Amino acid sequence: MTRWLKISWVSAVFTFLYGPLLVLMVFSFNQARYTTSWQGFSLKWYMRLLDNPQLLDAFFNSLTVALISSMVATALGTLGAFAVSRYRFAGRKLFFGLVYSVMMSPDIVMGISLLMLFVMAGLTPGFLTLLIAHVTFCLPFVIVLVHARISGFDPAVVDAARDLGAREHEVFYKIIVPMILPAVLAGWLLSFTLSLDDVIISFFVTGPGFEILPLKIYSMVKLGVTPEVNALCTVLFLLTLAAVSAAHILTKEIKK
Amino acid sequence: MNERQGFKFIAVFLNMAWFAVFVLVPGLMVVGISFMTRDTGTFFSPPLTLTQYRELLDPVYAKVLGASLIYSLNTTLLCLCISYPFAWILSRVSKHRRPLLLMMVIIPFWTSSLIRTYALVILMKANGIINTLLSAAGIISEPVTLLYTDFAVYVGLVYSLLPFMILPLYAVMEKMDLRLLEAARDLGANTCQVFVHVVLPLSLPGVLAGCIMVFLPAMGLFYVPDLLGGAKTMLMGNFIKNQFLTAMNWPFGSAASVFLLLLMGLMIIIYFTFSRRFNRHQAL
Repeated sequence: MTRWLKISWVSAVFTFLYGPLLVLMVFSFNQARYTTSWQGFSLKWYMRLLDNPQLLDAFFNSLTVALISSMVATALGTLGAFAVSRYRFAGRKLFFGLVYSVMMSPDIVMGISLLMLFVMAGLTPGFLTLLIAHVTFCLPFVIVLVHARISGFDPAVVDAARDLGAREHEVFYKIIVPMILPAVLAGWLLSFTLSLDDVIISFFVTGPGFEILPLKIYSMVKLGVTPEVNALCTVLFLLTLAAVSAAHILTKEIKK
Repeated sequence: MNERQGFKFIAVFLNMAWFAVFVLVPGLMVVGISFMTRDTGTFFSPPLTLTQYRELLDPVYAKVLGASLIYSLNTTLLCLCISYPFAWILSRVSKHRRPLLLMMVIIPFWTSSLIRTYALVILMKANGIINTLLSAAGIISEPVTLLYTDFAVYVGLVYSLLPFMILPLYAVMEKMDLRLLEAARDLGANTCQVFVHVVLPLSLPGVLAGCIMVFLPAMGLFYVPDLLGGAKTMLMGNFIKNQFLTAMNWPFGSAASVFLLLLMGLMIIIYFTFSRRFNRHQAL
């Protein structure tokens, strides 16, 4: 392949990936409401967001769910990753099978299966059901990420700590957790992003009493394109960008 | 129970319990309910039957199923054609430029595909950027219809899923031993032969992984046709969503979900069969 062809192929793909996002962000700063032409820089759509209590509620709800579910998933997943790398137990294969099947299974199937579970269990769709669902789809990512990190260590470190009198839980939080901290943090950030962005699963497990941002955006977009939505999407995109960049830097630390 | 076993019990139990209650049980419920009968009061009732599956094969629904499979298949092929050369070029870029370019693929991978789908709506609507630019350039005299067409749905699906194809391809290509390519050339193979006999077989695990990661989600992304294709039922995702939220027919929706799960199982089997054969091949 000639150099020229290579450069144009790569540029075309990146333009495709980023062009629409850039347009969305630029137009969120546009003065005009209906025209697609540029009418001057303005922050008024962002101000308008701050005046919309419903949107602020949804934003706050999303952040709460993302924060709590990512922390629960990270704590549970780190413990799980430690367990599968240190212990042999009945059902270990099944455990890995379940981890990978959650990562692979289509979101929609997970959404409807949890919906049925919650309805049968008599839980009202809302904060709790959303939290459970988000922990469930974040958990495998944390387990896989942290497990990969623990596997990279010499298991003799754990034995040495045990020989020196550390108790099992001390081994976990004094030896293992500090060693794998970058992976744990990366898992947490990525879980946060996954939770914040999820549409399909949340769609089935939350109710009208507890609105979250992606679903709010979904219903607003169905009604039409507005500059407020542009501003909202820009905020959400920048939040994702920050979390992913931080996670990326942390995982790069791991490779060093 | 000593202190070590106590900790082990807690660590294992918490995780196993979580997966059992929130993954295994709901999964089995989907399968179980798919064999039941629809009931307006309790959502489903006992007489075990194959009605749902028989109905799924009814021409009306089989058409939706077939259409969704075709959308997914075409999306996968489009992603593959775009990503294969792209990943190859990326894996050969100089080492200091690669991390930035890779990061630029990873960002859309994690960004909400709803936001990205919405960004396409802005571009493609009747008075959107594309139409404005085209008419300003004098190429068209009145707006072309882009939104609510099959074309828009394909653009949306490819746009959402492209990074899922690029990353697995890049992962295998980056590790590829370039000396094998040189050896093939030294032995007299031309560019085409090197590609068919060396590059393609070596990248096959990445191709398969990428295809799985695009094909399966493409069946379920219901908001892409919702926003870009109008209100038609196009994908399995839209169909399942309607069964649960509009028609309130749990058994029928479950049967359609079981179909997706079977498809997933099939793809995993294909992947492992191929990668095992591939590994044996490499070991020789």
